[in-house]
Amino acid sequence: MPQIRLSDPTLRDGNHAVAHQLTKLQISRYAEAAEAAGVPIVEVGHGNGIGASSLQVGLSCEDDATMLRAAREKLSRSALGIHCIPGFATINKDLRPALDLGVDVVRVASHCTEADITQRHIGFVRDRGKEAMGVLMMSHMASVDVLLEQAAKMEAYGAEAVILMDSAGAYLPADVTLRVGTLVRNLGIPVGFHAHNNLGMAVANSIAAAQAGATILDGTARGFGPGAGNTQLEVLAAVLEKMEISTGINLYGILDLGDLAEREIIPAVPSIKSISIVSGMAGVFSAFTKHVDRISKQYNVDPRDVFFELGRRKIVAGQEDIILEAAQQLAQRKLAT
Amino acid sequence: MSYTADKMKIAILGSGNIGTDLLVKVLRSPHLECAMFIGRNLASPGMAKANSLGVPISDRSIDAIIQNPDCCELVFDATSAIDHKRHWPILKALGKRVIDLTPSNLGMKCVPAVNLEQCVDCDNVNMISCGGQTSIPLAHAIAQTQQEVEYIEVVSSIASRSAGPATRINLDEYIETTESGLTMFSGCVRTKVILNLNPAQPCVDMQTTISAKVGNPDLTKLNSAVEAIIARVQQYVPGYHMIVAPRVETNRIVMMVKVQGLGDYLPRYAGNLDIINCAALAAAEAFARHHLSTSSFWKGSADASDSTK
Repeated sequence: MPQIRLSDPTLRDGNHAVAHQLTKLQISRYAEAAEAAGVPIVEVGHGNGIGASSLQVGLSCEDDATMLRAAREKLSRSALGIHCIPGFATINKDLRPALDLGVDVVRVASHCTEADITQRHIGFVRDRGKEAMGVLMMSHMASVDVLLEQAAKMEAYGAEAVILMDSAGAYLPADVTLRVGTLVRNLGIPVGFHAHNNLGMAVANSIAAAQAGATILDGTARGFGPGAGNTQLEVLAAVLEKMEISTGINLYGILDLGDLAEREIIPAVPSIKSISIVSGMAGVFSAFTKHVDRISKQYNVDPRDVFFELGRRKIVAGQEDIILEAAQQLAQRKLAT
Repeated sequence: MSYTADKMKIAILGSGNIGTDLLVKVLRSPHLECAMFIGRNLASPGMAKANSLGVPISDRSIDAIIQNPDCCELVFDATSAIDHKRHWPILKALGKRVIDLTPSNLGMKCVPAVNLEQCVDCDNVNMISCGGQTSIPLAHAIAQTQQEVEYIEVVSSIASRSAGPATRINLDEYIETTESGLTMFSGCVRTKVILNLNPAQPCVDMQTTISAKVGNPDLTKLNSAVEAIIARVQQYVPGYHMIVAPRVETNRIVMMVKVQGLGDYLPRYAGNLDIINCAALAAAEAFARHHLSTSSFWKGSADASDSTK
């Protein structure tokens, strides 16, 4: 029977949905329940990972160390994971202290065409004897050939797995099959997939990834995540069980985890709103949703126009500041007509 | 003697993109003369370019200066931080002034629009980073006009094609050097620097956003300080422009500038590489004018570069 390793970024990607305001207590409660459910990897932190609390993306309610300590105390069988984007996080300021606090798995991420900025961070994690994965974000923005070349670089740097992220929720299942399949056939390390639900395809895309050979899948409780949210972890676990694909997760445990998350950490369960559909169609980072909403109101422009403009400019994750300039430009154009 | 009638002789150490673009700028300068363009490989594109421009070249790296110490008065170091740490004691012993374009963090940090006057007597001047040259003038304007500056944040986006292998492997050094430069020039202890690489085609121009948390924002004072400092930067970086004027947005001050390059050796979108070279040139010209005619030429104003118009 095939085996899938589930990785749960509820306490990281979910943080985008609450403007990075998850508290120490919420993290502790969720981590305890995730441990009980046998979730293999529990990812924790600011939405853009360690060292990303900023005016650009949003200031965290708790600092990185507080979040990691709160989770670490509750996890023993489950691994403690973090997301780390070079350009935001540096080794000295952010990564070393996180490893000192007992992080087990580091997912070093870059935009899908920029893998070479992950070399030093991946190397550092491996030197410390911890598990390093490479992450290619916004993977819909590169061709299959480019994705393979970039993933192969991460493998050469020492990554022990490569995760493709559909950060804009832009894929259809056939896109996933092609990309994941190509990586699986050509790399010597496990391949993973992280979906967003902008077009309602998150579970279907995750299953397509598994069928194409991915062995790591990301999902969050109730789909807690930016915009339309992520793959719903409880549903994914149930579907995999129905397909007789082993995850090692206890079904009632994961259902309880989803219920606890809805009760204690999720103010509004994600649904696919108009703006998220547009974000998926435009291929723009799902986590821009709150910023686009806020800034569009200030400039009195249609947030859907802002998303399409950002898509036209091929803006990548981390470029939240450009939203302001794009909205200003749309407002000026509106005045001129 | 290293001076001709009215030009100071300089050498450029490092024949990569930065060094070669700097050479094109030096050749236009009324105050500088490139006496030697130095690399490690005569077959490199930079060397070929210098040769085609009729500039004396050497592939002997720092030895070229050790063996011919009278060739120049001032050396631009456009190699790497590690190499600069090795070059500096040698150049100091030879009595050379140095303008360092690496993030070595060794010399006096220089942002011409802000502290050119303080740098003309320093024997080692460090140009910080491209993001530092872009953001520090604005951070300085914030510090000059606002009370209780508790936090400053700088986010730059650059075209992927303008970030070579050295930039990529040294991202952490870029961030840390730029943060310490921001602190030095603004007095604000808490600073954060973020860099995004964008691979879009056609290539995007460099854009930098600066945000700050301050006690009680005074936009009137800030606007005039920002306008003044931008005019000073434009004297040596013609492609430096405000694209989002200072505004208050969710309890922060925010503004955004764009930097287009001169398109000398590097394409115009590479404003990040252009601005550090323009700043280095301004520093060298100020130094040249100061030492060629200390009495009349240099009056401590910021009309640093008359060569980049």
